[in-house]
Amino acid sequence: MQKYLVRRFILALVTLLCVSLIIFIMSRVSGDPRHIYLDDYSTQEDWDRMGEVLGLDKPYYEQYGIFIKGAVRGDFGKSVREARPVTDVVIERAPATLLLGAVAFSFSILIGVPLGILSAVKRGTMMDNFGKFIALIGQSAPPFWLGIMLMFFFAVKLGMVPPYGKQDWNSIILPAVTLGWYYAAANLRLVRSAMLDVLDSEYIKLARAKGVNSRTIIMKHAFRNALIPPLTFAGVTIGALVTGSLVVETVFAWPGLGRLAIEALFAFDYPLLQGVVITFTLLYVTAAFIVDVLYAYVDPRIRYA
Amino acid sequence: MAADLSGIVVAPPTTKERAAAVYRKIRRLPLIPVFLLSLVVIAGVFAPILAPHDPEKGELKERNIPPAWSGGVKSVKIVVERMSINQRTTSVTLADALKIDPAAQIDDEIEVFSRPEGTTKFLLGTDHLGRDVLSRVIYGARISLLVSIVTLAVGGTIGVTMGLAAGWYGGMVDETLMRLVDIKLAIPLILIALVLVITLGQSLWIIVTVLCLFIWPRFARQVRGEVLQLKHMDYVSLAKVSGASTARILFIHIFPGTINTLIVVATLQVGIVILLESTLSFLGAGVPPPTPAWGSMVSDGRDKLAGGVWWISTFPGVAIMVTVMSLNLFGDWLRDTLDPRLRQLE
Amino acid sequence: MVTADTRIDTEVVLSVDDLRTHFTTRWGTVKAVDGISFDLRRGETLGIVGESGCGKSVTMLSLMRLIPIPPGKIVSGSIVLDGEDIVPISEQEMAKIRGSKIALIIQDPMTSLNPVFSIGDQVEEAIKIHQDIPKRSITDRALEVLRKVNIPAAESRVKDYPHQMSGGMRQRVVGAIGISCQPQVLIADEPTTSLDVTIQAQYLKLLKDIQKESDLSIIFITHDFGIVAKMCDRVAVMYAGRIVEHGSVRDIFNNPSHPYTEALLASVPRMDRVVDRLYSIEGQPPPLHDLPVGCAFANRCPVVMDKCIETYPEIKAVSDGHTAACWKVE
Repeated sequence: MQKYLVRRFILALVTLLCVSLIIFIMSRVSGDPRHIYLDDYSTQEDWDRMGEVLGLDKPYYEQYGIFIKGAVRGDFGKSVREARPVTDVVIERAPATLLLGAVAFSFSILIGVPLGILSAVKRGTMMDNFGKFIALIGQSAPPFWLGIMLMFFFAVKLGMVPPYGKQDWNSIILPAVTLGWYYAAANLRLVRSAMLDVLDSEYIKLARAKGVNSRTIIMKHAFRNALIPPLTFAGVTIGALVTGSLVVETVFAWPGLGRLAIEALFAFDYPLLQGVVITFTLLYVTAAFIVDVLYAYVDPRIRYA
Repeated sequence: MAADLSGIVVAPPTTKERAAAVYRKIRRLPLIPVFLLSLVVIAGVFAPILAPHDPEKGELKERNIPPAWSGGVKSVKIVVERMSINQRTTSVTLADALKIDPAAQIDDEIEVFSRPEGTTKFLLGTDHLGRDVLSRVIYGARISLLVSIVTLAVGGTIGVTMGLAAGWYGGMVDETLMRLVDIKLAIPLILIALVLVITLGQSLWIIVTVLCLFIWPRFARQVRGEVLQLKHMDYVSLAKVSGASTARILFIHIFPGTINTLIVVATLQVGIVILLESTLSFLGAGVPPPTPAWGSMVSDGRDKLAGGVWWISTFPGVAIMVTVMSLNLFGDWLRDTLDPRLRQLE
Repeated sequence: MVTADTRIDTEVVLSVDDLRTHFTTRWGTVKAVDGISFDLRRGETLGIVGESGCGKSVTMLSLMRLIPIPPGKIVSGSIVLDGEDIVPISEQEMAKIRGSKIALIIQDPMTSLNPVFSIGDQVEEAIKIHQDIPKRSITDRALEVLRKVNIPAAESRVKDYPHQMSGGMRQRVVGAIGISCQPQVLIADEPTTSLDVTIQAQYLKLLKDIQKESDLSIIFITHDFGIVAKMCDRVAVMYAGRIVEHGSVRDIFNNPSHPYTEALLASVPRMDRVVDRLYSIEGQPPPLHDLPVGCAFANRCPVVMDKCIETYPEIKAVSDGHTAACWKVE
């Protein structure tokens, strides 16, 4: 168990390091940032001074070293657009994204898992077809479009919820549903197929032969086993929720990290962009680590490996 | 029952039985998805013939016309000689009024369209620049097709080669590759893609390159798994013993064994590529305007929704959804037909 | 070898009469079990043998009332267990009988234990369901049965999970679950196919010991005549959903009266005979949804007659306690 967690932890660190390297290389490959910050009227002196401030006069490996050193201390430099430390901006925006992600994730579990179980248990019935339909729509409709359509019906036409922004408690409903829908669909499919496999297994046959009643079979014996594939998938889900937040926050003008990333991108604010990407990755590896721990809890084969 | 009686010969299926089995599978071909997919392909290939209008040009005075079947919105306005800007919602000029009713006079009240009626000239209406939505949706299929074919060809080739190498050589090569796949999952790739497209320029080729980054690991992982199984097969050992080169073994002996799986993976990946391409377009990092792409069309209509102009965003979105859905259904069928082992594959 | 004759007069615990289990599929009605009858006496072991798909497993599932409904259904017949017909009773009542009066040992020890629960939990569960005793006694009882199946250091192993045990150990746990509530009938469905020979022998010996101790009746479902010879008192040979020959082990081995039984025996390697090559039965069993009117074995039978194709042979007595369904038997 410990060995397993240590391995997962090291993998998370390596991932973070790789991402930092990728993002560093990209910010350098994409050209000298001074071209963006300085205009035609700047002098060579300005150019050099800016280079010194940004540390661009040093060799690349040293620049990366400085970047990492700063990053470890939580210092990603100053945002060009907002003229204040990147960390401050990120911390200000992070709660909105965390909230959205958490609500969307819960939505995907609360819808996907029960529907998946029902579909499997009532295989071939109306219930199953309904589940299949939901899953199909969820996996085919592009989230940005789904968001716009939901917004049009529930906010513009029916006026039930605010169309965008983050004001009242109910303004989170549309963004969270949009973001969680795809994964609710994915969970539904996974739980359904896992559940079908489990219900078909020899150990379920044996449990029935022991005299265990059908309800206990489903809720105790099958459920826990059927939870393993969606849990494996949860890591991917969380990673993709991060990506999805880019789109959904843009559609609903949700003041979180996703929108911040897009803003930073179109403003060529590289320090801010680096900060956001690293934060996203950090969020992902942390969440994935928690999932790994949970996974080990559910599946003894991993706990005692 | 898994156990069989030793010594009992089970006759192999005859040719006739095998043909019947193939027929049974074909009979269950999902007709609706295949039909819809053919529509998309035809639309993409023959766009210039099929599109009723130029997708990139429109008359501003024909903007925001709703789809053919929807009626206009009428309201009563007062006819005035000349109109100032703040009277626009309540008044109409005499010149315009005379076009509707030749007997109109100043200070009359007259019913005019505050939103035009749909016309058969524009079946799905027009967008905010007066361009025909139907024509743009048809041309949009072109971009989606082009992007997915090229991406699949390039990304698939890279992925397959990597997978073959990782599966065959194992050890460090394999380890590095699989860590790369892990890391791919952990980075917000769409963000990296956005950065690349914005800094390197919005061109079709950059977009394709970026999309290849997304899809190669899926192919690599699948092929690697297959190679690990196939490489211990007798016919591979035989080829090795008879002195075939590694490249020959990989491409002549092992690769064909993975083709069924690859077809399935590829079909399911096309849907993902189309979704990603339209997401990039939606975020403003797709094929540059005015070229019609489904994603950017959805984005165009976004801020018109509040005014009740729903058709600009809706139709391209429906096109994406229908295409991806058909691909998923067709892919599921292919998987069940060609390779039932892949049932778990998502 | 224990002979059948020693127990011939003891009480019948399970009596199956004209059992038919059919499945509705899109190809038609699959008659997986089509009119089988047999009695099982206390302390006796009955072997059911046949090829794959002959209806052995469906027989087993029918006895446990574990046929998936739909598509399956027990369409007629009775299964009288301990004086009560279990075919018409409700699912709830049946759940009380499963595990307590009739228990099952499944063939594959690798997949027949739930991977996410400890073996202690899995043994205790059966006891908890059927016996109204305090938690403490449940644990004691679980330990007792685990010791009975020779699990070494049972006290510490109850906390183990299935993946931490070897195949042989797991199969013993499955056995422990089977006997935990002292059933009258134990159905063993190929319990040793995936074990290696030594472990298989140990396990079979264990089953025999337990049987002797508690006067258990066992139905042994297998395709292995070696096991039949070692374990069983009587044998029922199944073909295409019916019992084609039924008798004591000695009768079946020494005087096989149905050509199918003969063919099966001829295809088993024997130490006491030298043959050039093993006999194999040509052709395949008929599809169960499209059975011929006559004898189902006719198309593969080396001594087939016109009569065989026209009418299904009645079950006839070959000798006392030995029957066969073949026109050849006079």
